[in-house]
Amino acid sequence: MPTPMPIASEAGASARVPFADPAQQHEAASAAMWVFLSTEVMLFGGVFAAYLWYRHADPAAFARGSALLDAPLGTVNTAVLLTSSLAMALAVRAAALGRRRPALGWLAGTAVLGLAFLAIKLLSWRHEWTRGLVPALHAGAALAAQPRVELFFVVYFIATGLHALHVLAGVGALAVTGAALARVRDPGRWNPIELTGLYWHFVDIVWVFLFPILYLVR
Amino acid sequence: MLPQASDYAARVDALFLAVTGVCVAFGVPVMVLLATFCIRFRRGRRVNRRGVTRHTLPWEITWTAVPTLIAIGMFVRAAGLYASLTRPPEDALEIAVTCKQWMWKFQHPTGPREIDALHVPAGRAVRLTMTSEDVIHSLYVPALRIKQDVLPGRYTELWFRATRPGSYALRCAEYCGVAHSRMDGIVVVLPPEGYAQWLRAGGAGPDSTLAARGAVLFRRFGCSGCHRDDGRGAGPSLLGVAGHDVPLAGGRFVRADDGYLRDAILLPARDVVAGYAPVMPSFAGQIGEDELFVLLAYLHALGRAAAPDAAPPATLGPGASGAAAGTP
Amino acid sequence: MTTAALERPQPSYLAAGDTLRSWLLTTDHKRIAWLYLVTITLFFAIGGAAATLIRLELLTPQGDLVSDETYNKLFTLHGVIMVWFFLIPSVPAVLGNFLVPLMIGARDLAFPRLNLLSWYIFILGGAFTLWAMVSGGVDTGWTFYTPFSTMFSNTHVVLTAVGVFVTGFSSILTGLNFIVTLHTLRAPGMTWMRLPLFLWSLYATSLVMVLATPVLAITLVLIAVERIARVGIFDPALGGDPLLFQHLFWFYSHPAVYIMILPGMGVTSEIVAAFSRRRVFGYGFVAVASLAIALLGFLVWGHHMFVAGESFYANLVFSFLSFMVAIPSAVKVFNWTATLYKGSIALDTPMLYALAFIALFTIGGLTGLYLASLPVDVHVTDTYFVVAHFHTIMVGGMVTAYLGGLHYWWPKMTGRRYPETWGRVAAVTLFLGFALTFFPQFALGYLGMPRRYHVYPPEFQVLNVLSSAGASILAIGYALPLVYLIASLRGGPTAGPNPWGARGLEWTVPSPPPPGNFATIPRVTEEAYAYTDADRE
Repeated sequence: MPTPMPIASEAGASARVPFADPAQQHEAASAAMWVFLSTEVMLFGGVFAAYLWYRHADPAAFARGSALLDAPLGTVNTAVLLTSSLAMALAVRAAALGRRRPALGWLAGTAVLGLAFLAIKLLSWRHEWTRGLVPALHAGAALAAQPRVELFFVVYFIATGLHALHVLAGVGALAVTGAALARVRDPGRWNPIELTGLYWHFVDIVWVFLFPILYLVR
Repeated sequence: MLPQASDYAARVDALFLAVTGVCVAFGVPVMVLLATFCIRFRRGRRVNRRGVTRHTLPWEITWTAVPTLIAIGMFVRAAGLYASLTRPPEDALEIAVTCKQWMWKFQHPTGPREIDALHVPAGRAVRLTMTSEDVIHSLYVPALRIKQDVLPGRYTELWFRATRPGSYALRCAEYCGVAHSRMDGIVVVLPPEGYAQWLRAGGAGPDSTLAARGAVLFRRFGCSGCHRDDGRGAGPSLLGVAGHDVPLAGGRFVRADDGYLRDAILLPARDVVAGYAPVMPSFAGQIGEDELFVLLAYLHALGRAAAPDAAPPATLGPGASGAAAGTP
Repeated sequence: MTTAALERPQPSYLAAGDTLRSWLLTTDHKRIAWLYLVTITLFFAIGGAAATLIRLELLTPQGDLVSDETYNKLFTLHGVIMVWFFLIPSVPAVLGNFLVPLMIGARDLAFPRLNLLSWYIFILGGAFTLWAMVSGGVDTGWTFYTPFSTMFSNTHVVLTAVGVFVTGFSSILTGLNFIVTLHTLRAPGMTWMRLPLFLWSLYATSLVMVLATPVLAITLVLIAVERIARVGIFDPALGGDPLLFQHLFWFYSHPAVYIMILPGMGVTSEIVAAFSRRRVFGYGFVAVASLAIALLGFLVWGHHMFVAGESFYANLVFSFLSFMVAIPSAVKVFNWTATLYKGSIALDTPMLYALAFIALFTIGGLTGLYLASLPVDVHVTDTYFVVAHFHTIMVGGMVTAYLGGLHYWWPKMTGRRYPETWGRVAAVTLFLGFALTFFPQFALGYLGMPRRYHVYPPEFQVLNVLSSAGASILAIGYALPLVYLIASLRGGPTAGPNPWGARGLEWTVPSPPPPGNFATIPRVTEEAYAYTDADRE
């Protein structure tokens, strides 16, 4: 791709075309992240709408389905993800204070916790698989002749699968952010880490909603 | 012109004309002004172009408020007429409608069944309780100005009171696949005596009513083994149930309408009656939609039989207070 | 306003390279606009060809030109292509891309490379969809209603859904780019209340794109899952509910209707102001009306489902809100009309298109009142009345506005002028062709002809023949600009920076503009459309 011709701004600092200065560029990046997150809210909103619709239609079936999940694993995973958000917040703070090494450390911690979340999620999916709770692929006796319980698991796998994809993307974003942070001249005036943080917290919040509606239905 | 086969159709047309009146009242002045201004203020013409107000607020308020009030008035009038479309009279003739790609099937309460044609008496309210065996269809009778989607897995309903004898087109209005445009039929409105004659010719009789055939099915599917009239079976007695509130486990009550009865047969694990164990097997896949209607007709007969306050004399057929036309 | 840009001549963005590579790898918003212009014109031709076959088939009541299956695939192809690959990108991705930075005094959109990526995503989605069409097509209608689409159709539903899904991200990214650009890159002095109304309408459009499209994405995912895995989501035989699909689909697709009309309103505001040399009457109200339409547009999806099996009370609420969404549209029409009063009106081609837009949009909007009236809707929904209604908005409205805008800004985009006489002939032809095509369809719908009918009762033939005759005139109306606009690229007279004598930052730079748009970023000191009495003399 041809490099855009740099255009000197009034401030004299360098910013990518079409921005006048780094502050404007920073502002645009934050705005973009917020708009992006609003699209994500609507995307998950569709899944939540489907969930609410069918739970309203047959609450008992959803309670039966929920009871078949491994709630302890889900609880542990909630703790893991909440802790990762704390680590992310500390990474952002360290970066803002210009402390590169601690920031990198906290970022790595966030990523490790994110991977731990995914590993535990795989474990819980395996739990569902061995019990024959996977519609279409491995549906056992627990789902036989109970279309609405099966529906619960359809929603469960779509919701947790979509969320896991977002966690995976988040871990990738953490890696890219970390690599860039290691090279940047002045970490204190470098804002992409904030945006990665916003995204990570969003993914965390989605789980905070998913966990009770999937695991704690009575 | 499109015939008006019912009083309701005439009222819809009157509303249509009223809306047209509003449209003309708004649209024509706008068009006339557009044309007038374009001619009068055409560039090059010597005309005073100075002195347009910058205080647009009074104008904006006027042309926001006036349309708002008119819109509210239109809404009220339309909603009033619509309400009458959603409240069928109690004494309506109940017709069971089953459709599939690409065919309409009608069952009369007294027995006759027909395909792609529906005979009804003039002057009497007719209520259609409808379901589909495959995809979504939509029953549309232009001459009656009525239309209702017919969904698989649930009942929707539609009612009308045709006043003018004649033969009217019936069409499928929801795209349903290859032969959608060929999924048509006729509604034949007969004078009452003509309808009675048609029923006799079609084999109506005490043994061929839907309820009577339903009683046979009730035994054949083994329902009568558990749902004994004396209430001593594994399931509740169904006397006085259909059309009435039933207590559920957990203290809730639910109206045993067509939708509930349907689910009780196909998804028995849901909403079990208080005091009974969820032991009933599902009949999904074993009982067809046509037969389900027949069975429901019998359940409604049972429902009326012992109901303490069953006021009006029974009309036989499916349908109860409100099919499951709403959101689940 | 600045005239600094005019002082020293710079090579135009068109001269910045003429290799294929220079176009396919460009990040210049003006060149990306051209990429969209060329591709959506191709898609319009494909969708138009399908429409031609449909109208030919409907000349006779019998199904004698194509089979049932082919007919169903034709109207599906027509809908899918025209909605997602022509109408939604039309004004935003072509005119919006070209004009947003120019109108706010910026060098480009906030994210130029993301902008190029949007186009590639669009092409990828289009490729999937065309692949589905070429390999046998799809017969569900553009609405993908379940359980037909998931359990009964034997055609390429998933492939088409993937195409639409992918394209959705293109429109999300474009919306995101516009929103961020309008928030952060306005030139000094370009306050929100000085923004041209075209940008207000694009801002409202972008909000809808960004907030509604993800819901379509997840809905298409659910369709694909149900169809591939055969698990119940929408199929009642498996415990699902087809009404949920309709709610999710229309929660996107009704706001999407506003994606397909709001930008047209913006174009009309620009043209009306420029060709009557007057500030748009009630500027603030017109601007706020765009936002009101976008927001109310999210609350009326249920009016597509009045006979679908919704509850009585849901229908009442959606009916009421549908009446209310008519109000801001009416406000816009009144303000455009009032703008003409004491203006200096030139009936050049863009103005003819704008007037056609106002007339047809008024008719389209007013016929919406019939559909908001519950008992009338029960009668005419899913008939040709609805077909005529939304074509009046989308074709009579949006396509007309798109062509009007294309003519208005053509000199800016190309530096050339098109032949004015041919332009007027095309605009009038298009209007007449449109009226003859779609007005008979209102009558067909009232008389009870359902939409998506391959064969129809003979009593409807006269009106159908009229409609098909109109369509052939309409086709000429669309073909003419294609010919003379392309011809003008070589032979047209040079335009100069401001051929219309219009106000607005885009008219202060050379035609065609240089790659960075402005030599120095302008400083805005006046409101939009600051025409004076002297301009009108």
